[in-house]
Amino acid sequence: MDFDLSPEQRMLQESVSRFVQDAYDFETRTKVIAADAGSDDKLWQQFARLGWLAVPFAEDLGGIGGSAVDLMVIMEEFGKGLVAEPYVVNTLLFGGLLGQSQNHSIFSSLIERIIAGELQGAFAFLERQSRFELFDVTTRAEKDDNRFILNGEKTLVMNGAAAEQIIVLARTGGKQCHELGTTLFVVDANAEGIEKTGVRLMDGQKVANIQFNNVVVSAQSIVGAVDHAAPLVREVVARASLALCAEAVGIMEKLYTTTVEYTKVRKQFGVAIGSFQTLQHRMADMFIEYEQAKSLLYRTVCSIDEQADDIEKNILALKVMVGRAGKLIGGDAIQLHGGMGLTDELDVGHYVKRLMMINTMFGDADYSQKKFAQIMAA
Amino acid sequence: MHTKFSSEDIQFRDEVRAFMRDAYTPDLARRIASDKTFKDAQVEWEKKLYEKGWIAPHWPKEYGGAGWSIAQKFIYESERSAVGAPDVMPFGLKMLSSVILKFGSEAQKQRFLPKILSSDEWWCQGYSEPGAGSDLAALKTSAALDGDEYVVNGHKIWTSYAHNADWIFCLVRTSKEEKRQQGISFLLIDINTPGITIRPIVSIDGRHTLNEVFFDDVRVPKENMVGEPGKGWTYAKALLTHERSMAGVADSKRDLEQIRQWASEEVNGGQALLDDPTFSKRLTDVEIDLMALEFTELRSVAKAMKGEGPGTESSVLKIKGTEIQQAVQELRMDIAGYYGAVVQGELSSHEVGHDFGSSAREKYMYGRAASLYGGSNEIQRNIIAKFVLGL
Repeated sequence: MDFDLSPEQRMLQESVSRFVQDAYDFETRTKVIAADAGSDDKLWQQFARLGWLAVPFAEDLGGIGGSAVDLMVIMEEFGKGLVAEPYVVNTLLFGGLLGQSQNHSIFSSLIERIIAGELQGAFAFLERQSRFELFDVTTRAEKDDNRFILNGEKTLVMNGAAAEQIIVLARTGGKQCHELGTTLFVVDANAEGIEKTGVRLMDGQKVANIQFNNVVVSAQSIVGAVDHAAPLVREVVARASLALCAEAVGIMEKLYTTTVEYTKVRKQFGVAIGSFQTLQHRMADMFIEYEQAKSLLYRTVCSIDEQADDIEKNILALKVMVGRAGKLIGGDAIQLHGGMGLTDELDVGHYVKRLMMINTMFGDADYSQKKFAQIMAA
Repeated sequence: MHTKFSSEDIQFRDEVRAFMRDAYTPDLARRIASDKTFKDAQVEWEKKLYEKGWIAPHWPKEYGGAGWSIAQKFIYESERSAVGAPDVMPFGLKMLSSVILKFGSEAQKQRFLPKILSSDEWWCQGYSEPGAGSDLAALKTSAALDGDEYVVNGHKIWTSYAHNADWIFCLVRTSKEEKRQQGISFLLIDINTPGITIRPIVSIDGRHTLNEVFFDDVRVPKENMVGEPGKGWTYAKALLTHERSMAGVADSKRDLEQIRQWASEEVNGGQALLDDPTFSKRLTDVEIDLMALEFTELRSVAKAMKGEGPGTESSVLKIKGTEIQQAVQELRMDIAGYYGAVVQGELSSHEVGHDFGSSAREKYMYGRAASLYGGSNEIQRNIIAKFVLGL
């Protein structure tokens, strides 16, 4: 039993943290997300050069075959620096679906381009009615000889505005909420019949609502097996959830430490407000919640790397805890910063908004807790 | 980063598991749970551990300890809780012994440690006073040197198991100093010395574990002082850190499994309590918290294995561990429903309704103590604020 990072993992951690320190201060981030793309190609090239884009991919796909711990290390640092670049969507969702599909060999050139930082991708899963049910899918793919015709709409597609290729979760059979009968297609973002509307989210990312009007896709663009998208989607979403939770733990660390430092210097009634016991106890609770979330994160990454039998349960529990602890820590960070916490100028509110986004992603705390209860009762 | 134990440790785990299964019999469990038979049965259990050489895992081997590694101690605790076996009485075996081993004289070690080890002498802890609770340094019980003896006068309170004990270790004031902590000494007192009166305090669970202890010109040989006069505070502090690191993860885990079982059997109008979304939410809240705390504890154990700590994480373990214990007690009480109100006693000679109703109530009521003892949870938050956050 050992919870220290290996020397290689420490190097990885230092490399990400140095990037945040040298090239990604809050001002730079503000400029990056204000730009039309919502991300910066030069920075993305740097990610590729540093090898970070290769971490999640298996070695036979040209990747590094990184562990869950490696991924955690990167994401925690991204969280502390509030890095807005589309790492999770490109490498874990888009890249993950391609790389972990049973027919991944036909996508090797796409994967090479992701790792080289040359390809931006997206995963279109959400629909207006579907909330957190991944397989509540009405976008249809009708078979027409050896091609398919896509019709429907996907909403808030992450990286959807910038993506060159989009993986679409569509219905090829079964009823609206059935897992069976869902299929993944990789589609050129400029294909005829695709209509994109850019949307800005509160954490600064640029997403898109995407309409598919009789979009023709070939049978060769199917990712995985026809009608059987569910197992692959679940596996990929689980890994992405873990990564987002690691990012959230990084954000929580940043928020509680920033708050403690602020209350040491902010004076009222002639003393530092951090000397007041009410505030001390609130910060002690922020610290406890952060430690607990970190412990559950460790539990989850270890279970993944050791292929334990409680991975799904751990990820759901982690999602619940990150959601709840995030609300407590985020809320108190704003409260203890007083009026300053309300300003757009201070970074605190931006960290909080990212935590709120993460809570919602792939099922919020309430939804995850319901799923957790189902597993426990089974 | 990994959670695996070595193959030696796994072998050790199997050995402990087999021992616990055989040694902790249902009959013993029943007798330990009853006030009337508690002491004899607890001594019987501790003697089994003593004969096995497992009674004092953390003591050095030369004094009869097991000389276990941190990992072994952790494994032992997990296996013990898994069968519901009680911990040893901590006052002598865990608390006082750690002070004597570190600060006591050779004569004190020879006199006291063997009988602690064999459970032939039971100890209790005389710290709190009516005017000194969380502010322990306000204690007033005095010990004045008169020839070769200290003369002790004062009043201790909340003394668990004083009525079962043979000896009491006390914090007493031997001098008045500018800094209150500096005049405090650590004194070992035979509880049968003339001048000591023990008065029971019945707690809200209806049981008697707490006491008041009065000292009226009690004469104590001066060789019963541990270490130097005036240094008692330092010795006592080392001991409190130990008390805090008891998060009770394995016990809570076992309790939650039992609760899940009961909740699947209890029905309201045909619906199992477990399927009630409100109850399910409360239960899973605690389960998730415990999954996290288990790893907070493992992180602390892993640090200790490298020779670091126990540090400030002991406050996190104490706060979260006791919050979870209390949440578990609430769930148990709520499952019992009406039958949680049943008081077992002379008028109801057999269990009424659920067989866990009465014990659910007792555990709930006495469980309120967990956020008080070992430094209240509010004091723990002060400690985190000061020593972790630097406020």
